Amino acid sequence: MTTLLELFSVAAISVGAFFFFAGTVGLLRFPDSLTRLHALTKADNLGLGLVVLGLLPRAENTFSALKLIVIWALVLLSGASTAQLIGRALRRGRK
Amino acid sequence: MSVLPVLDVVLASLVIGVALFTIAARDLFASVVGYVAYGLLLAFVWIRLYAPDVALTEAAVGSGVTGVLLITAGKRLGALKNAAPEMRPGLSLKILTGVLAALVAGALGAAILMLPDPPPSLAPEAAAAASGAGAGLENPITAVLMSYRSFDTMLEKIVLILAVVGVWSVGANKAWGSAPAPLRQSRPYAPMVLLAQTLAPVGVLIGIHIFWTGADAPGGAFQGGALLAAMWMVTMMARLAEPPRIDAQWLRMAMVAGPAVFLVTGLAGGVLAGSFFAYPPGIAKPIILAIEAFMVLSIATALPMLVAGPPSERPDQ
Amino acid sequence: MNELLLAAAGLIVLTVAIGLARILRGPTDVERLMAVQLLGTGGIAALLLIAYATNVPGVEDVALGLALLAPFATIAFINLLDADQGDAGV
Repeated sequence: MTTLLELFSVAAISVGAFFFFAGTVGLLRFPDSLTRLHALTKADNLGLGLVVLGLLPRAENTFSALKLIVIWALVLLSGASTAQLIGRALRRGRK
Repeated sequence: MSVLPVLDVVLASLVIGVALFTIAARDLFASVVGYVAYGLLLAFVWIRLYAPDVALTEAAVGSGVTGVLLITAGKRLGALKNAAPEMRPGLSLKILTGVLAALVAGALGAAILMLPDPPPSLAPEAAAAASGAGAGLENPITAVLMSYRSFDTMLEKIVLILAVVGVWSVGANKAWGSAPAPLRQSRPYAPMVLLAQTLAPVGVLIGIHIFWTGADAPGGAFQGGALLAAMWMVTMMARLAEPPRIDAQWLRMAMVAGPAVFLVTGLAGGVLAGSFFAYPPGIAKPIILAIEAFMVLSIATALPMLVAGPPSERPDQ
Repeated sequence: MNELLLAAAGLIVLTVAIGLARILRGPTDVERLMAVQLLGTGGIAALLLIAYATNVPGVEDVALGLALLAPFATIAFINLLDADQGDAGV
């Protein structure tokens, strides 16, 4: 693997880990439930997405790369849908 | 790698901390959420112990299905608010329970700490048996489950069916034969329906993949079946499908298919291969995969029936 | 390179585990659910990193299974919250 790809991989994974950190900080420190939901979905999409992007160059065959992308797509889909569900539950004032 | 012991200590203390929260939480919802987190953390521990099969089973069954089962049962009991004061256990009962629990934990801990060194283990025997007549499977766990300890595995599935029968028998007498109540009371909600419609087909494929790959890599019938069960439950919870009537023939046949095929094969082994539950050499792997396929069917139908609960009376019946 | 991946995995697990404090504090039940969801997604990321750092087979499949189980559990809990609200419709 060329050094450029290695560098890209390291950079993507580091930024992805940072997004998880940001998502946790948001979950803990944001003032309101809806804003916390926003932070959570950013960690879901961007955090995992960048980690997957950083791991793609290291995949040994097409099947492994496909598996990575399928995992990311599943998390995107379920993250978006459950964010809708959670938002609705919050809007209805569930205490 | 000096960061690894620190990670281990943090993980272990997290597991204990979340377990304490689960016990101490005042609200059923909070404690079940804590229980799901506890199961996830345990799955990480299993990964750290180089046991991905167990990790997948822990995440699927221990954390996922059991968490859903607990929350659905809790809703059914209406026990979400704190119990009425007269029904709470008295102080002496609590003290007695605490003492007994501490005694059991202490006995377990003492047993582990007082093991001779090296501790007695069946692992070398199992590994030898699994790789010998071992049926040509690359995954030693599947080999042990389906070849060295096949009788136990079959009995486990029968226990699952007994649990379902037990759950069904809780229903009212005149409701016997009808379907359990829907898993979601109100009308379907669009994002949930979209999620179920797109997640379930992909999930079924993945479940079958994990079952099939369990012969040679981590995976297996139980994990695959649990994922298939989760996908069926997703469609039922989004009201794309309804729980079936418990006297439906296909449901009952599907649930007993696994242990039945297993038992017939075991008996046939007595005739064809010399001893009860032995496999004829050479065709052991196809036979094991066939048995596992039926077991996946049984698990995928039994687990959702456990969550769906007892049959309930409907006004139109 | 592998040490870096493992370090990233450990970091992610630690971070989302700190998010579990929301389970303790969360004023509403939904926030506790959100903390567990974060743990699940962080777990998937950490598992993928571990799969590519060590060569333990099958860790990717655990991540795949987790990706399916997280929405499954969330839907179940949301159904409960809706039922609690006396949900009469959308």
